Amino acid sequence: MAITTGTAEPEALAAGEGVRRRDFINIAAVTAAGVGGVATLVPLISQMAPSKDVLAESTTELDISAIEPGQAIKAVFRKQPVFVRNLTPQEIQAADAVPVDSLRDPQTLAERTKEGHGNILITMGVCTHLGCVPLGAGEGENRGPFGGYFCPCHGSAYDTAGRIRKGPAPKNLEVPDYTFVSDAKIVIGQESA
Amino acid sequence: MSFPWAKHYEPKAPLMRYLDEKLPLPRLVYNAIGAGYPVPRNLNYFWNFGVLAGFMLVVQIVTGVILAMHYAANAGVAFSSVEHIMRDVNWGWALRYAHANGASMFFVVIYLHIFRGFFYGSYKAPREMVWLLGVVIFLLMMATGFMGYVLPWGQMSFWGAKVITGLFGAIPVVGEPIQIWLLGGFAPDNAALNRFFSLHYLLPFVIVGVVILHIWALHLPGSSNPTGVEVKSESDTVPFHPYFTAKDGFGLGVFLILYCALVFFGPNMLGHPDNYIPANPMSTPAHIVPEWYFWPFYAILRAFTADFILPAKLLGVLAMFSAILVWFFLPWLDKSPVRSGHYRPLFRKFFWFGLIPAMLVLFYCGGAPAEEPYVMLSQIATAYYFLHFLVVLPIVSMIERPEPLPFSITEAVLGDDNKAVLGENTTPAT
Repeated sequence: MAITTGTAEPEALAAGEGVRRRDFINIAAVTAAGVGGVATLVPLISQMAPSKDVLAESTTELDISAIEPGQAIKAVFRKQPVFVRNLTPQEIQAADAVPVDSLRDPQTLAERTKEGHGNILITMGVCTHLGCVPLGAGEGENRGPFGGYFCPCHGSAYDTAGRIRKGPAPKNLEVPDYTFVSDAKIVIGQESA
Repeated sequence: MSFPWAKHYEPKAPLMRYLDEKLPLPRLVYNAIGAGYPVPRNLNYFWNFGVLAGFMLVVQIVTGVILAMHYAANAGVAFSSVEHIMRDVNWGWALRYAHANGASMFFVVIYLHIFRGFFYGSYKAPREMVWLLGVVIFLLMMATGFMGYVLPWGQMSFWGAKVITGLFGAIPVVGEPIQIWLLGGFAPDNAALNRFFSLHYLLPFVIVGVVILHIWALHLPGSSNPTGVEVKSESDTVPFHPYFTAKDGFGLGVFLILYCALVFFGPNMLGHPDNYIPANPMSTPAHIVPEWYFWPFYAILRAFTADFILPAKLLGVLAMFSAILVWFFLPWLDKSPVRSGHYRPLFRKFFWFGLIPAMLVLFYCGGAPAEEPYVMLSQIATAYYFLHFLVVLPIVSMIERPEPLPFSITEAVLGDDNKAVLGENTTPAT
């Protein structure tokens, strides 16, 4: 393995030339092998990322016209539950009445909904603590002390804007990217242009 | 590699002589776990657990390879294939229960093995490398155990996978991409199940490799012993075979009674009923807990409830990993030249009244719901746990006055050792 020095080319050494042919070949060969070796890591690592079929299901189209005020539905987005809720005026009022500065993750309801659709709250049904599914979207489920969602795993309570109010969760329920195709139809997983 | 008085392998049968020339495998075994390995004569039953751990590794590999012949790693059929093993495959129920409870028994044995190391100072020079490799084995075991629990694809499997991979999501900026990359999707699904199965099959063989290094590193200085006094002369040791093969054999028998009792009389005692419900990404079980052997670390994870510079969730994750990583520094945190806790009065107090209660509290709280008083108890225990390793041990090892050590192992056993000083087989000073 060791590079043979001097002895093979005494004339070159004697002449004191900088780079010997053998050194050049050695460095070039090892570099090429090294770069090639590192390049093979690309497929080895990226094969673990979501495959095409998983990505193909990465948007969800939803008809929300049937959701009455006060009702919520659970849909599936990227294999995870997403909550779509039609807020009643009282619920909107309750959310707007809270001083934003007092929140753990300060956000207004308006920032969490789309303009012109202030009553439609779309959040992931994934607790920001450890990923459980909070209750409150289904009929008759416990909505917790703040009337929004309640996570049974470790007691995180969210308000009517899906904001964290009590319990261990650090953040508000995530609002996914979505866009209104029409008043009745939304596409989740696609940011409005 | 061994003491100069170690017995030499002398094959008598022509076949064995032939083999010894071509491939000296019997010689290797003879010197590793045969008469060629001299062991301190005073080892107590705590020294059985290394052999028991090796035994459990073999049991897990044998039962696991068989289960893989009947199991299907596909999110659509994984749950049914496990039920197929339980109901249809000949002896499938026994093999699966032996494997699932085998994991528990493996961890019981490993925790006792680690406990032995903590109390008798087995991690100290010249055996630091043995200890470091042991911690690596423990980490590999935890990864293997976690991924194995995901395979039946029940509710606990699914939500366990979600919560544990969610831990990586706590890392700032790169956390979420890492989580998606680990899962091969946005939530645990077929891709995750398949790779967990692949790795669950692979890692035990990696463990075998590290175990070989662990034993190799151990056999350079030889086994430690309950006094912590190094071997001085031949009278301090006996050959591993037949003395400790017999003692380990007896221990194995007792262990097997307990293991079989669990497998045949309480096979679901340590499991969770929720895992007999097929995985449902839309509904979370009310009370998610990991397997019992992760409880102490789960309690540390949940002990962080308030942000302090970093978000609480990230702090919990960091603390949980640090709780094991701190073991890597143990040989240098505990500077006392005396190994055994038997001769360390102050260390002993902190060990029995500090570390062990803290670990038991963490163990209990990890399985309890995340409510008061368990959260506060885990916070206190977590604080002590880290204090013990990072503050108490270094200070104790500086200020403690150890009790007098016996002159030699022989003296510790027989009361006097008149041969040790002038004994012809005294080891050269190192």
